[in-house]
Amino acid sequence: MSNLIDVENLWVKFPTRNGIFDAVRGISFSLGKERLGIVGESGSGKSMTGRAILKLIRPPGRIEADRLTMTGTDVLTASEKEMRKLRGHHASMIMQDPKFSLNPVMTVGRQITEALRTHEKVNMAQARARALEMLDAVAIRDPERVFDLYPHEVSGGMGQRIMIAMMLIPDPEILIADEPTSALDVSVQLQVLEIMDKLVAERGMGLIFISHDLNLVSNFCDRIVIMYAGRIVEVCQAGKLHEARHPYTIGLLNSVPNLGSPRERLDVLRRDPAWREAPSVSALL
Amino acid sequence: MTLAIEISDLTVWFGEGAARSNAVRQVSLSIGEGESFGLVGESGSGKSTVLRAITGLVPSWSGSMRIMNRPLGAKRDRTFYKQVQMVFQDPYASLHPRMTVDAVLSEALKLHGFGDIDNRIDRLLEDVGLGKGFRFRYPHQLSGGQRQRVAIARALAPEPRILLLDEPTSALDVSVQAEILNLLTDLRAERGLTYLMVSHDLGVVGHMCGQVAVMQTGEMVELLGVEDMRAMKATHPYTKHLLDSSLRSVR
Repeated sequence: MSNLIDVENLWVKFPTRNGIFDAVRGISFSLGKERLGIVGESGSGKSMTGRAILKLIRPPGRIEADRLTMTGTDVLTASEKEMRKLRGHHASMIMQDPKFSLNPVMTVGRQITEALRTHEKVNMAQARARALEMLDAVAIRDPERVFDLYPHEVSGGMGQRIMIAMMLIPDPEILIADEPTSALDVSVQLQVLEIMDKLVAERGMGLIFISHDLNLVSNFCDRIVIMYAGRIVEVCQAGKLHEARHPYTIGLLNSVPNLGSPRERLDVLRRDPAWREAPSVSALL
Repeated sequence: MTLAIEISDLTVWFGEGAARSNAVRQVSLSIGEGESFGLVGESGSGKSTVLRAITGLVPSWSGSMRIMNRPLGAKRDRTFYKQVQMVFQDPYASLHPRMTVDAVLSEALKLHGFGDIDNRIDRLLEDVGLGKGFRFRYPHQLSGGQRQRVAIARALAPEPRILLLDEPTSALDVSVQAEILNLLTDLRAERGLTYLMVSHDLGVVGHMCGQVAVMQTGEMVELLGVEDMRAMKATHPYTKHLLDSSLRSVR
């Protein structure tokens, strides 16, 4: 079986005044038709990994890898024109905050139909019908009304569902979700994730779910990659998270306050300098 | 036991006449000295507005509020700010980008008429787990967790009795959140502080607070002890929904 994404020895580098800063330091992983979670703290390189796959690192940042292929295309050598075809059609990305990712001066409907019409030849009426259908699929109650609204007229949870609709309408094979619910309330979070989960399952897509919340990820993924300081420190099956060995993973798990099991004090991560230098664990399939 | 905060029938509104909307409706709560009280609810439920009304940041309110047995009027005086301090949600936005940690803390100390500022700043930084080395740094030279520590140090400067915490950890990573929550727990134990904490994370509130009030569209729909919350003894459907979603996400 061929994988949707194969990455070998990926580096993301940024030149700074004090030399080159490596945000991602030689990681390898692949994505099959599965849900892969990437977890880590801010600065661990998880978002940069997601962006690098779509070649969304702005210069002077650089991407280096031995291999970086997506659905058979070599991303490293692809031109910007080829990349534009790849993005959206093969892989879409849902960003963290709908407030900053939706165009404030375009109606919701226009943004969604634009996403569709960039990748498929459809007339306006068909595009509208498809967009309404998609809005309905992400559990928006009154799609006709929402279609004509501007982003500031919808709530955060609704905005994120609109983003999901927009990203899924060109029917991609891969969805990269970068902290899709961190800007949302707890009660809305689950709803949005369940919608995303259902659509990904129905369409047989591959999902990369980037988040800092290990518990949340374990509920929505099959396999979890844990990143620290630009490297992968551990890979485990979501169901076997309690068997995790690396002290960083265990630390992350124990630092979350849990309603069910109260404690006097929360465990605080003690960072071991050796974690930085340990070789990256391969997450290839 | 004396009551640190006593609020009855608090209504807060924005706009006048036809444009008037009641952000908080008839909320009553009382918090004993040294207790920790949590306010939960989703965005727009009015939980932060309650805090803003207490600190005097919203002028249009009715009802009665008493802090340490003193009724609050339209204006807050210096004794109020000496007793009550607030920590805001986003440490990236609540510190002046062009003021050093030293300037931030000494300004707060000067405003409250303290002498011996030099030693006090060192002690404040020590108390929040930052060394003296952080004293002359600018906010952009600090991480999110370190900034929130500075914001807590600033709140502690006038030696208050009550801290109002507005989502103090929601902008932070889970691992850093644990550090800040531990710091807040320790400070309360050492100084006998009273906390009124706003959060949308039931896990955090359950960890920090003894009593929890649930707010929805400006009204307080339920008040329950943390033991009842753990035992899922909520009666209001909205509280049940909140508990259900936060328990499911931790599994």
